[in-house]
Amino acid sequence: MASVQVVRSEWTKIRSVASTMWTLGIAAVVTIALGMLISALLSRDWEHLPPEERAAFDPTYMSFAGMSLGQLAMIVFGVLVVSNEYSTGMIRTSLAAVPQRGRLLFSKITVATALAFAVGLATSFVAFLLGQSMLGEHRTSLDEPGVLRAVVGGALYMTLIAVFSMGVAAMLRSPMPALGILMPFFFLVSNILSNVSATKKVARYLPDQAGSTIMQVVPRAGDAAPYGPWGGLGIMVLWVLAALVGGYVLLRHRDA
Amino acid sequence: MIELEALTKRYGEKVAVNNLTFTVRPGIVTGFLGPNGAGKSTTMRMVLGLDRPTMGEVRIDGKRYDQLKDPLTYIGALLDAKAVHGGRSAYHHLLCLAQSNGIPKSRVAEVLDAVGLTAVARKKAKGFSYGMGQRLGIAGALLGDPRILMFDEPVNGLDPEGIHWIRTLMKSLAAQGRTVFVSSHLMSEMAVTADHLVVIGQGRLLADTSMADFIERNSRSYVRIRTPQRERLLDVLCEAGITAVDADGGALEVDGGKPEWIGDLAAQHQVVLHELSPRQASLEEAFMRLTAESVEYHAHTGAVPVPDEALTASARQAWGSGWKKGA
Ligand SMILES: Nc1ncnc2c1ncn2[C@@H]1O[C@H](COP(=O)(O)OP(=O)(O)OP(=O)(O)O)[C@@H](O)[C@H]1O
Ligand SMILES: [Mg+2]
Repeated sequence: MASVQVVRSEWTKIRSVASTMWTLGIAAVVTIALGMLISALLSRDWEHLPPEERAAFDPTYMSFAGMSLGQLAMIVFGVLVVSNEYSTGMIRTSLAAVPQRGRLLFSKITVATALAFAVGLATSFVAFLLGQSMLGEHRTSLDEPGVLRAVVGGALYMTLIAVFSMGVAAMLRSPMPALGILMPFFFLVSNILSNVSATKKVARYLPDQAGSTIMQVVPRAGDAAPYGPWGGLGIMVLWVLAALVGGYVLLRHRDA
Repeated sequence: MIELEALTKRYGEKVAVNNLTFTVRPGIVTGFLGPNGAGKSTTMRMVLGLDRPTMGEVRIDGKRYDQLKDPLTYIGALLDAKAVHGGRSAYHHLLCLAQSNGIPKSRVAEVLDAVGLTAVARKKAKGFSYGMGQRLGIAGALLGDPRILMFDEPVNGLDPEGIHWIRTLMKSLAAQGRTVFVSSHLMSEMAVTADHLVVIGQGRLLADTSMADFIERNSRSYVRIRTPQRERLLDVLCEAGITAVDADGGALEVDGGKPEWIGDLAAQHQVVLHELSPRQASLEEAFMRLTAESVEYHAHTGAVPVPDEALTASARQAWGSGWKKGA
């Protein structure tokens, strides 16, 4: 549905607004720095960890500890890319230039997704390598089974969070409600739900809870999810598709 | 060519555009006139496929808007000068529009030059004055070198130089054989730019006529007279079978009269005249009479019909407020 000339146009749009590009930089820096910090702290306190936690220790996942905060910047990126068009009124100019609404939306999402993935991939590898360097003797390496998958998975996770936000923003149009729903949900609500026993089982199917299993190498002890890492990512992809379909259907039918 | 057929738009209960049928033809400037809230902008949004008609349809050179391949090369529009991302430079704004329609990059510099924005091309649009924003919007409309141009209140907020520039631009575009469709709520503006006039009120078509016809049918010509010998002059005129009515400032007005007759008559009877001037009722007045019933937002009740003096004053005020906004 995307077309070459519209993709080119969307690439110009995205790179020519500095504030949007900044959010990607922030996502990278926060994810990497926070992952390093937490890894370093853990490594220092290793002696004080209870044995069961040592046994279930996942050095790969530990280096992605900054993702919980870094993903918020990815959410801001995804929301801004789409809702900037609405908040500025640019959407009317854009739709007059490209009246095939699906083509406009999916060209935009293609470009933003590719960019988010590129930044996500770099972030993920750097976060892993620097995180491992903080872990000292507890480190792992890319040759170990499942580690490379988890690191590439980190990039996919960041990308999918951004794309999910784009879909939600396409449904809600203005940035404030989209950010007001997505940020607290992924930062707080989802975590609370997955820690309360009554909602634990259901919370596993939330996009971030399911998707983040792709970054784990050692399964969480005593609490094995009913799906594997790719299954979890698949569930997240379904959420993303649902958000995109919702955004597309609404864009198609309403007045701009 | 833009063809509207039974075009109707409802927003809930509110009928914004009601069964509009008319054609905008090439080679002339067509003025689209209506008071605030008449439905001009809504109609224009439907032309561009931004709002979906409740009923009826719009065709551009025989096609629906979304059937046009690279629509900016068929029709260029300025609907809202603020429809720009403020964080983007003028150059990149135009570049992304050009790329989306396969328009060569070189064209961006050309239109920036044509609207006089070359010097600020790399500046972010949010720092632009209203007039500069308007020029950027016009650059976007001209980008695809389209055969049809549509402008929604383009002179709003422009300084006199900007207004002159837009008028000249629209006329030259029409002279090149292009279709030019421009909205306004000022008759005085249309009178100097438009060749054809489409008037709407409360979404309904009130007139679809050439400007010349409209002027001829609606301009009341009369003679204004002031004299210190009022009673005497009235008698003289009465004898000659001419009726005069009182006007403001103690003046008299004679409808359709020729100043020559009245001057001769006064001379014969040795009546002193202080003023004898041929006048034309303003087109603005004709427009207000036409839309009187359909005006939605009166400034204050009883404002229609408005006496000439107040009318020109209010028109002047409208120009003035636009001027201030641009500064
Ligand atoms: N999106 C919308 N939702 C609801 N009502 C709307 C919408 N857009 C326009 N209207 C209503 O439709 C009517 C026509 O509005 P429109 O903006 O087309 O008028 P206009 O002729 O352009 O007026 P103006 O000279 O003030 O620009 C108005 O009464 C307006 O309130
Ligand atoms: Mg309007």
